[in-house]
Parts: sequence; structure tokens; C-alpha cells
Amino acid sequence: MRIEIDIQKTFRSRAREFTLDVQFSCHDDVSVVFGASGSGKSATLRAIAGLERPDVGRIVVDGQVLFDSRKGVNLPARRRAVGYVFQDYALFPHLTVEENVAFPVNRWWQRRPSREVARRVVDLLELFEIGALAHSYPWQISGGQRQRAALARALIRKPSILLLDEPFAALDPLLRIRMRQELLNTQWLFKVPMIVITHDPQDVAALAERLFILRAGRVGKTVDLKGAPYRDAAGNPVRGAVRKLLMEASGEMNGADRVEELNGSG
Amino acid sequence: MPVSQDVLIPLWLTLKVAGWATLFATVSGVAVAFVIARTRVPGRDYLDAVMTLPMVLPPTVLGYYLLVLIGRRSAFGGWLHDTFGITLVFTWQGAVLAAAIVAFPLVYKSAVAALEGVDAQFEQAARVLGKSEWSVFLRVTLPLAWRGILAGGMLGFARALGEFGATLMVAGNLPGRTQTLSIAIYDAVEAGRNDMANFLVIVTSLVCVTILVASGKLLKPRYVR
Repeated sequence: MRIEIDIQKTFRSRAREFTLDVQFSCHDDVSVVFGASGSGKSATLRAIAGLERPDVGRIVVDGQVLFDSRKGVNLPARRRAVGYVFQDYALFPHLTVEENVAFPVNRWWQRRPSREVARRVVDLLELFEIGALAHSYPWQISGGQRQRAALARALIRKPSILLLDEPFAALDPLLRIRMRQELLNTQWLFKVPMIVITHDPQDVAALAERLFILRAGRVGKTVDLKGAPYRDAAGNPVRGAVRKLLMEASGEMNGADRVEELNGSG
Repeated sequence: MPVSQDVLIPLWLTLKVAGWATLFATVSGVAVAFVIARTRVPGRDYLDAVMTLPMVLPPTVLGYYLLVLIGRRSAFGGWLHDTFGITLVFTWQGAVLAAAIVAFPLVYKSAVAALEGVDAQFEQAARVLGKSEWSVFLRVTLPLAWRGILAGGMLGFARALGEFGATLMVAGNLPGRTQTLSIAIYDAVEAGRNDMANFLVIVTSLVCVTILVASGKLLKPRYVR
């Protein structure tokens, strides 16, 4: 499974102009795009999902060309078969957890899942330990449960890749530690490659096999975190080494706030 | 109490005219509101202004425009009559058209507000989950906006119930055929039948109050976030 991205897009507003010019490729289980807010990481993820149209470039996931400006290819979002977990999960507020998870596989005239689909939905809800909440509405359940529901909804169609936009930002810090582990378990269970974007160094330390550091719309640095010095012999992340790496990168970014955040993050 | 054919016939006619008018105003109002709220068509501001115009123009002006448009001697009205045998002037169908145009801005404005209130992220989520635009509208946008749209529809219905000026100009005052409640009230006052006028006024007021209370309830937020 290989992901190749080479896109450019210029955003213009009255106040400023921002150019996204991102190239990277990966074939890892979990890739993390790390950058400050405004570095273009959300736009990159949205471009892969088909929610943002690059000016020029090419996006290929697992051999399938999703976007190629030279060949005039631009698959609409609905035909890209990517999973996307939004920062605040975007669970439909008018549907129950079960209806949310069944949504991608329902036909347009169905609100409730048909019998064969219902089986899959129930299994998936049980797997994510939210079976008891099947008939609850998103606003009735906790942040962690919402994330599980969003993951189940994104995975029910077996996407070729799972994109996660700041997946832990909406959770309290203690819960984050647990949900990172759950996300790794999900990755292992579904064998779906993931791209996670974040500005939280802890996410990098816990999840990343490959790290792309984004600054001002460009990939400033690519790091393979699979071996020493970032992982010990047992394959567990060495947090100190990762933090040092991000500190250096932040120094390059000349953003004092980034360094502060890293110092403050335990 | 003059509860009789004198009341029931105009009441029924009014409900029929207002019902059809609301249906047409709602379907077209939501369609135009969707274009305004979700696309970037050129001349959007002008389109919005034209669509809101019936709210501020005197009903007599609207009635006059309609007469010019659908009168038997006009191009469009003549074509309707010659091709389909349809006459709108001095018929209850003409009253429906007049009431629909007067009710339209109320539905349209509510629908724009309701659609703009739907977080675009939910629609994007539905697209990424493999849904066509039709499916996104029907399963996500509309369910999240329907309360605002329904409230607008009820306001439009109340407005159509009370429509007077444009209806009088287009459909006239033919008892039993185009004489709606508000026109019957005018007719009763003119003829000095005050009992009748009193009764009709009370009926109309009650219906309108009921509708306003119901639409107010619908507009209360439902999803706690």
C-alpha cells in the first residue's frame, strides 16, 4: 500500500496569500503529519479526501489515481473510498449511533439499516464497545465514545486509507493516552493504513512510524521513526528522542510557541 | 351565529387556496434557497433581492404584475388558454398563484437561514462516506434544516390565509368561487353585515394564532451540543 502526494494550491484572501506545496510518499501503517495550525496540514488531508481541489498535482493511493491535474482526473469525494475522521467527529446529530454507523452502507431511502447491514453494524459496534449505545444520539455520549462511533462509521465500508484530523484534540488529556492505544489496536485489527495530522508531540511519539513536519505549506522534514534512536529494541517509542527531534524542528520553524508547548507537554 | 354556508364555503376555499399556495411556495422556496445557500451563482445578491421582493411590494402591485403576465390577452396567459384550456384570472387557481407568490419570501427566507445553519462539515462527511449529492441533501441537509423550513412553511401558510390585495386583483370577489375569508370580511363590512364580519375575523385570528404558536415551538433548538 503506497500513498503518493504531490500537490500545489494557492489560497487567496484579502488579507493574505498562502501557498500549499506538499510532496510526500509513504507506505507505512501510521504516518503522522505534524505542524502548527496554519501550516497546511488540514488542507493536505482534505485534498486527499477530495474536499479540497488542488490547483495542480497528483494524488495516488494504492495505485488508484484520485487526482491528476495533467490527465484531468479528479474523483469526487464519494468515489475515493477513503475514511475520514473529522476533528470533532461530525457524527450526524439527527441520527443515533447505530444509524450513523449504518449511514455509509444504507441506500438513500433508508434511515434504518436493512437486516444484512444491521448484522455488520452490530458487530462493529460491539467491536468498538459501544453496542449498548446503539440507540443513543451523538450528543448523549462521551467524547471517547463519539470517536469510536466515528471510527466505526469510517471503517464500515473498508476504506483503502484512513485519514484522521487531530483525532484527540477534542478529548481530555487522560483519555487521549487510552484512545491512542485504541487507535493502534484498530489499525492492527483492520490493517488499514492511517495518516494522522496533529500539532500534539505526544501523538507523534505514540503513533508515528513516519513523520512529515509541515511548515508554511511545505514538507520541511521527513523522518523514519521505525528504528533507533526513536524506538527501543522492543519497538516501543523512545519519547525523549522524539521530543528532541520535534524541538529541533520547532526551532527551525522559529515559532517560540511551538517550543513552549513541547516543554510543557510532560 | 351565522355558522352556515356563508362561513364554511369561504373557510374551506381559503384553506384549499392557502394549502396549495404553501405547497408551491415551499417546494420552490427550498429549491431557490438551496441555490442561494449552497452555491456561488453569479448575481446571487440580485437573485436574493428579487426573491424577497413580494414581501415588500404592495400586494396590488404584485396583482397587477400577475394580471399582466397571466391575463387572457397576454402572451403567456393566452398561450396557457389556447394550449391547455387553462384560465387563471378569476379562478381559485389564480388565487393560489397570487397567494403562493405572496407567501414565497417567508418560506424562502426561513429556508435560507435553516440551510445556512446546517454545518457544511456534515455534508462533507456524507460525501466522503460515499453519498451522492441527492443523498446528501435528502439524508443530511434536509433533516437538519427541516424545522426551520417547516416553520417558514407555516408562516407562509398564515400569510396565504390572510392574502387580500393580490388575490382580489387576480381572482376577484366571486362568492363560492374565489371569495376567500379575507375577501368575505371586506365584502361583509361593505354590505353592513357586521355579525358576519365579526365572526369571520375571529375565525381568521384564531387560525393564525394557532399557526404562529406552532411554528414558534418548531423553531426551538432541538439538538443539545
